[in-house]
Amino acid sequence: MAVESAPDIRISVRNLWKLFGNNDKALLQEDWVKTASKAEIQEKTGHVIAMREVSFEVAVGKVFVVMGLSGSGKSTLVRALNRLVEPSDGIIEIDGEDILQYDNEQIIAFRRKKIGMVFQHYGLLPHKNVIDNVAYGLEVQGMEQLERHKIASEILDKVGLSSWEYSYPYQLSGGMQQRVGIARALALDPEIMLMDEPFSGLDPLIRREMQDELITLQAQVQKTIVFITHDLDEALKLGDHIAIMRDGAIIQQGTAEEIVTKPADGYVKEFVRDISKTKVLKVGSIMKKPKATIQESQSPAEALQIMKSEGLDYTFVVAETGELLGALNLAQVESAVEKGFETSNRAINKSCPRVLKYTLIDDVIPLVAKQNTPVAVVNDHGILLGEIEQSSVLSSIASS
Amino acid sequence: MFDFPKNLEIGYQLSRLMDGWVDWVVINFDPLFRAINAGVLALLVPLEKFLMGEPLSYGWPQWLSMPWWLVIGVTVYIAWRTAGRNIAILTTVLFLLLAILGLFDFAMQTLAITFTATLIAIAIGLPIGIFGAKSDKMDAISRPILDAMQTMPSFVYLVPAIMLFGLGKTPAVMATVIYAIPPLIRLTNLGIRQVDKEVVEAAIAFGSTSRQLLTKVQLPMAKPTIMAGINQCIMMALAMVVICSMIGAKGLGIEVMNGIARLEVGRGFLGGLGIVMMAIMIDRITQSVGKSRESKVT
Ligand SMILES: Nc1ncnc2c1ncn2[C@@H]1O[C@H](COP(=O)(O)OP(=O)(O)O)[C@@H](O)[C@H]1O
Ligand SMILES: [Mg+2]
Repeated sequence: MAVESAPDIRISVRNLWKLFGNNDKALLQEDWVKTASKAEIQEKTGHVIAMREVSFEVAVGKVFVVMGLSGSGKSTLVRALNRLVEPSDGIIEIDGEDILQYDNEQIIAFRRKKIGMVFQHYGLLPHKNVIDNVAYGLEVQGMEQLERHKIASEILDKVGLSSWEYSYPYQLSGGMQQRVGIARALALDPEIMLMDEPFSGLDPLIRREMQDELITLQAQVQKTIVFITHDLDEALKLGDHIAIMRDGAIIQQGTAEEIVTKPADGYVKEFVRDISKTKVLKVGSIMKKPKATIQESQSPAEALQIMKSEGLDYTFVVAETGELLGALNLAQVESAVEKGFETSNRAINKSCPRVLKYTLIDDVIPLVAKQNTPVAVVNDHGILLGEIEQSSVLSSIASS
Repeated sequence: MFDFPKNLEIGYQLSRLMDGWVDWVVINFDPLFRAINAGVLALLVPLEKFLMGEPLSYGWPQWLSMPWWLVIGVTVYIAWRTAGRNIAILTTVLFLLLAILGLFDFAMQTLAITFTATLIAIAIGLPIGIFGAKSDKMDAISRPILDAMQTMPSFVYLVPAIMLFGLGKTPAVMATVIYAIPPLIRLTNLGIRQVDKEVVEAAIAFGSTSRQLLTKVQLPMAKPTIMAGINQCIMMALAMVVICSMIGAKGLGIEVMNGIARLEVGRGFLGGLGIVMMAIMIDRITQSVGKSRESKVT
């Protein structure tokens, strides 16, 4: 297996606090505030706590999803990252620089080149047409109209809106308006994209379409994305990493699989209750080690012996490197012995079904259902890792 | 047992005190008021002559003035472009009526004063309104002042205006400005505050400076509301016309005043009718300037 090098961290947030109110910084010096409940703080001080000791990291090119009910502090968190909201305390390091130390000029420069944002209700300028909306971030930098329209037009092409350049936002459907919103963020070619419930206002069908498009787009552009949603399905679909917020605090973060299989508390459990595990769990988590495999160099007679002694009527053949070459069933081995082949290699079924370790169980159900033999599980290099059987897939469906 | 406390003369003392302030201001700021006076006249007098087809003074070229038919033509054209055919026809009819009734020149004098006062009100009111929208403190301070200004009887403004500027056109314009400015300030403030919060956030998130935010986003989006403020401002300026004629403004108001003074009911009535006709024209035209943007936006 390839050794994974430590990922580059693009966003690093440490101990971030936000109290809405005029006296936030002073209040955070008082110890009782750090542990008091949201209601208690509100009652005693009139301040609303929106972030409580929030810490997380996002690696370059990853999608970090923040999920939580309405009012849990998601929007506040995402707005802190480009300082639309001033945090009361904490550190936000982006590419190693603490952006909370930036002065006004620096923060404007930072917004212009490093970070784009997509809003729930699109936030388009109603008095500007589509292309001028997309070019807005370039316009405020003083770029000439010809040049900025050229860039905007290329991006609009990418999101499939090239024929709408001179329409006004109100002439577009919600999905199209949000494409404009995404194009506007991409026009600056920022390293980071902040997305605050970008698809929440859309019909379920359009929403799914937009999610798929985002996945495709992200594969091309490889931005570091902080994505806010209150929809678990969306979070699981898009997120490399997921954080769950409640009352301003992150109560659990991890991969989709970790969140679904090991919810930290009742709140998270409630969130993931209705989720079918097969949509989250990967094939790798239910595969088993084959009882035995045949080396390509072994003779059919040896193979037959191994299979008989293990009670197998179907087994996989691997190269010395561990690479999966194919499968053999008992009948094939027996006929190979009769024909006197020297190695098992010649008899094997090279096109036996195989799936990648990262595949969602949900996606292999059709394959496994019509197969009455085990299905091989391999890694990116074709190395055999294990096998899955109908029975194990069925039991994972049943337990979800 | 207790005497009615009128003998304390507090009211009297207070009014004397204020007289003192005004005297002090008049004496110490005399150059300022002279400058304001000169500025207002430099705007108002040529405009008045321009509209009435007379040669302008103040160093303007001799040939620059508008014959009456051109005034009507230009106004009708503006009405047609901004408000459509119906309003253009209405404007034509009202103008011809004014001409037939012999009120045209008076109407032009009134228009000049109204226009000048509105310009000054915009120059002062727009920045105050913008500032009020950006600062809650400013908003809290200006709100009660604007309330007081709007409930104060309009006559009251004449007194300080005369004290500071004497009789004539300038005090009339300044009293009109003060009377007409509150709705403009209020609606500018409101218009900017009403701009969708997310759109403002988006503008900031994409790197606008606060000036760019104002000129590229907030003002354009607040335009319909600000136009409504300007419209109200003009209407209130027109309402001051009669009162201002008491201190030296010329125009339709004089006709009304003379009608009262000489008990010529018809004359006064026609003057009043002229003001109403002007009001209808200006109202329809300025209203549609705001509306045409609005219908495009939403
Ligand atoms: N500008 C503000 N002033 C005061 N309280 C606010 C402000 N913005 C958000 N809040 C409060 O902070 C909490 C978190 O809000 P928000 O971040 O919008 O949550 P979410 O996006 O998860 O719905 C809520 O209780 C909300 O009422
Ligand atoms: Mg939110």
